[in-house]
Amino acid sequence: MARMKFLCDAERCIECNSCVTACKNEHEVPWGVNRRRVVTINDGVPGERSMSVACMHCSDAPCIAVCPTNVIYQTEEGVVLHDKDGCIGCGYCFYACPFGAPQFPNGPAAFGARGKMDKCTFCAGGPEENGSQAELEKYGRNRLAEGKLPLCAEMCSTKALLGGDATEISDIFRDRVLRRGKGVEAWGWMTAYGKDKEEAK
Amino acid sequence: MKARIHSLALAGVVTLAAAMLAGCGERPQVGKLEQGKYAGKADTRPWEGGTFKGDKGAWEQAERNRVRAQNEYKRVE
Repeated sequence: MARMKFLCDAERCIECNSCVTACKNEHEVPWGVNRRRVVTINDGVPGERSMSVACMHCSDAPCIAVCPTNVIYQTEEGVVLHDKDGCIGCGYCFYACPFGAPQFPNGPAAFGARGKMDKCTFCAGGPEENGSQAELEKYGRNRLAEGKLPLCAEMCSTKALLGGDATEISDIFRDRVLRRGKGVEAWGWMTAYGKDKEEAK
Repeated sequence: MKARIHSLALAGVVTLAAAMLAGCGERPQVGKLEQGKYAGKADTRPWEGGTFKGDKGAWEQAERNRVRAQNEYKRVE
């Protein structure tokens, strides 16, 4: 098994936020914490692009390097997870992350208290028994242990967000790019979904 | 009787002193902190337990099927 990754196709993302909603609902994420969010560049201008962003499960994750209590780890499948019991809420991981993935439930409150870090788990739970109540309460549902993929990717209506084994999702994206061709349209249906098979002949 | 009261008071003082001293102690909050090494709880792998009962191959196949189902060209053509 290779590495688990997310891939967001900016040509297809329509900023519907269903990935954000699916994530919040599946993991019962508290108010103020967004494990996933949709970022739009040039909003409202023709040619705008949207992108669904969460923890990218970096191969060489900077959050792991900076955690002072060493409670962030990477699984065999390349998913970056953390042990909430050892988290001191210092926020170093947030400063180190280029995507702003680590979230803190209390925000910067009195005396800088933030609460324990929360982030995307690639729907892989955390260091508790698979599928247990403790795992659900601390980290959310463990879909990977059920043989499923992250719900955000599986819920994506345009299949802009792909999740799973890096080589497999790269193949899907490569296939897509080949169908699109080049220079058909700068923006729109043909760019996102490619030409009709008959038309392409 | 007087000696008994005296010994009881002495025991109380000793207990109180021990309890107060216990508050001064500092216990390590993290088990073993080695630089660059994960110090949290051990995790179980996705194929261990419940659904797949340790069958890694079956888990990988289930994941592969799910990933491939994301390619809508394969589903509609």
